Amino acid sequence: MTTLTIDGRQVEALRGSTVLEAARENHIEIPTLCYHEALEPYAGCRLCVVELVTPKGSQLVASCVYAAEDGLVVKTNSGIVQESRRMTVELLLAAAPKAKVIQDLAAEMGIEEPRVSLGDSDCILCGLCVRACKEIVGANAISLVNRGFAKEVKPPFEIGSNACTGCTTCVLVCPTGAIKLEDVLDSRSVHRWESDFEARECKICGDHYLAPEFAPDLKELLGEEEV
Amino acid sequence: MKTIRTPAELEELRGSLAREQDPARRVISLCGGTGCRALGSDSVFEALVERIEAENMGNQVTLRMTGCPGFCEKGPLMVIQPEGIFYHGVKVDEVPEIVTRTLTTGEMIDSLLYVDPSTGEKIAYEREIPFYKKQRPLLLEMNEKIDPTSITDYIALGGYGSLSKVLSQMTAEEVIDEVTEAKLRGRGGAGFPTGLKWRISREAPGDTKYVVCNADEGDPGAFMDRAILEGNPHRVLEGMVIGGYAIGADEGFVYVRAEYPLAAKHLAIAITQAREYGLLGKDILGSGFDFDVQIRLGAGAFVCGEETALMASIEGRTGEPRPRPPYPSQSGLWGKPTNINNVKTWGNVPIIIENGADWYAELGTEGSKGTKIFSVVGKINNTGLVEVPMGTTLRQLIFDVGGGIPNDKEFKAVQIGGPSGGCIPKEHLDTPIDYESLTELGAMMGSGGMVVTDEDTCMVDFARFFMNFVQDESCGKCVPCRLGTRAMLEVLTRITEGKGQEGDMKYLAELGQQIRASSLCGLGQTAPNPVLSTLRYFPDEYEAHIRDKSCPAHVCRPLIQYFIDVETCNGCGRCLRTCPAEAISGAKKERHVIDQDLCIKCGSCQEVCRFDAVIVE
Ligand SMILES: Cc1cc2nc3c(=O)[nH]c(=O)nc-3n(C[C@H](O)[C@H](O)[C@H](O)COP(=O)(O)O)c2cc1C
Ligand code: SF4
Ligand code: FES
Repeated sequence: MTTLTIDGRQVEALRGSTVLEAARENHIEIPTLCYHEALEPYAGCRLCVVELVTPKGSQLVASCVYAAEDGLVVKTNSGIVQESRRMTVELLLAAAPKAKVIQDLAAEMGIEEPRVSLGDSDCILCGLCVRACKEIVGANAISLVNRGFAKEVKPPFEIGSNACTGCTTCVLVCPTGAIKLEDVLDSRSVHRWESDFEARECKICGDHYLAPEFAPDLKELLGEEEV
Repeated sequence: MKTIRTPAELEELRGSLAREQDPARRVISLCGGTGCRALGSDSVFEALVERIEAENMGNQVTLRMTGCPGFCEKGPLMVIQPEGIFYHGVKVDEVPEIVTRTLTTGEMIDSLLYVDPSTGEKIAYEREIPFYKKQRPLLLEMNEKIDPTSITDYIALGGYGSLSKVLSQMTAEEVIDEVTEAKLRGRGGAGFPTGLKWRISREAPGDTKYVVCNADEGDPGAFMDRAILEGNPHRVLEGMVIGGYAIGADEGFVYVRAEYPLAAKHLAIAITQAREYGLLGKDILGSGFDFDVQIRLGAGAFVCGEETALMASIEGRTGEPRPRPPYPSQSGLWGKPTNINNVKTWGNVPIIIENGADWYAELGTEGSKGTKIFSVVGKINNTGLVEVPMGTTLRQLIFDVGGGIPNDKEFKAVQIGGPSGGCIPKEHLDTPIDYESLTELGAMMGSGGMVVTDEDTCMVDFARFFMNFVQDESCGKCVPCRLGTRAMLEVLTRITEGKGQEGDMKYLAELGQQIRASSLCGLGQTAPNPVLSTLRYFPDEYEAHIRDKSCPAHVCRPLIQYFIDVETCNGCGRCLRTCPAEAISGAKKERHVIDQDLCIKCGSCQEVCRFDAVIVE
């Protein structure tokens, strides 16, 4: 175990955990946007910053990646932490004013109008969908392309990705609801990636299933016969 | 060539190379750096070869295409020894005269001599040119003395002597101690103590370790690292082998930006030669130490110079930074301890070993030792590469070496540290150049970019220029940098367009502080510097734009108007014919007027007016 001080409290955490994990383990809340416990940390949103207090002075670090080491002293809600989070949320609101998560965070912090306008995107580039597709599904059907303000998530070559299996993990993990799923009786579309799947009716139970893309192995297994 | 197997064999080779040299022999060094090549030094070289052959002088003259001596603006540059005659702006049709007059009798060709802009006098010898006189070339010194594609040129001047000394007389610990005592600090920007970094890399657990030379050099307009790799690649290699020995690595990478083909080529030649001579590879100089180097070409993004992004790029992944810790010295390439240093840092190592830590630590200030190379551009008479001892004041650098500001204009500020450095105003011209002083003033040492501005520069517009660069080069991974720098650009843009609002200065300062404090990597952490430093030193320029909707330097187009003065205009019609927007009217010999609705504020009328009748307000 590792012992560290969070918000004046001595807490214990498993060796190898991050400050964020140590805090959550001890019921200390730190807001996050790009973190998901099932995925590799990304450290992009910077909402999880905490104040690291050292003899040389204070500094902000991203708790989702900073290792919880013995003797660390961190503050999760100090003045400089709050100021930093406020600015981050104001910027996100300027770029994605219609995203509900961001509106909620802004309201919590009392931010009404961002002081600049940076567009009207529904994606905050947290990268959760990309990591989920890569790390959990293993499909690598989408990726982050371009840099800076032009950065976006795209399937390769901007056309419907062959690698997409229509599993909808990205839809589930997206915090802003930017990835729309349309499941009608005999088709499924993940519009953002321009992935369309034809669903077929099972001759036995009458339910619909995605085929043949979703179950190529099954098809092979059963030859050309319809299930 | 047979492999050099021992330090004694290296000495023997050096001795025989020295004996071959005749100090009275004529040597022509023609700069073959990228700058001079762009100005035609390749064809000058060919013409020289032909002419020397035609005159049958081949056995009396040595002709050498060298690296860059720094005064690129005046290229192609030529230095003729033994006198040290300095010719600039040499062209092919001047070659016959150079060969028949200067090479035979040492007679100087007047038209090729350098004219000191401040005195108007001609100066014949390189060592007497003010630009060079006040410099202290340590790293650049050999550039004009050797052919970078010849390992024997380097060996003849003592090259690889430091490596030989290290491998035969010093333990790894002693090498690290020497570098530590010399107080060498990283030349890539942050100034981290090199000895300490080496020690951390050495002590990091693991059998496989790497050294990396960072030659990404993404600062626009800066080319210090390029000049060294092009002009003296063996010096950098020698430094890396010594570093490898010190930290316990047997493999090194040089990450060169793809826009530097000549540097990569010279480096590749140097690596091949060093292998042939046994100075890279297995059992170097019989010491049992193995070390080899590979080149990796960079993808060309500014952020790839950041060490974690650089490593990602070497590993074949997207060049995006990752959070530190862990630092590369603990976990770098493929998770192994990796010691990354800048080209100039590596280049300093053989110099320290050769002369000793005490000698080296004599140069510079308490906290910043050795020399620093700057790439000086902007509103300054002598642009080019300048190497001065640490502790030189900005005034000495800009006025003594740089020759001051052209056209009798007044100096306004100097931007130091590249696109994310800061602007230092004239009140601080007597500041010594060292890491701490520059940081205190809101600038930073950076890797050596320096832009000089004069009274005609608008500091808001200047800050906007750099912000535009960094927001474009942001990798976009983290919010403060991706959106924060963009927000700063938006605000700066509206200020320069006369749409600035009350509160904008405060907002910029807040944004700057937050971006600095919460960004993931050094790009974001330093990106606000140009804005924060201009806010600090030139608040009245910002205020003038925001409150009075005026640009004091008359640069921001939406805030200026061109007028023709009634008294001075004599109706010559020059401006009327020049104006691309057809905004000027007036009969011949009568006063002309500018239609403000049509004027696009290009300033052409002002440029062509012979009577200074066009005024800006
Ligand atoms: C955005 C950014 C760009 C950088 N570019 C360079 C570069 O072009 N060359 C360089 O040597 N260091 C660059 N650095 C610094 C490196 O990350 C690293 O600190 C340096 O290579 C270490 O070498 P040194 O200790 O010898 O200075 C950059 C850093 C940042 C944040
Ligand atoms: S600070 Fe900028 S360049 Fe660095 S990781 Fe964040 S977005 Fe990328
Ligand atoms: S949760 Fe740590 S940076 Fe996003």
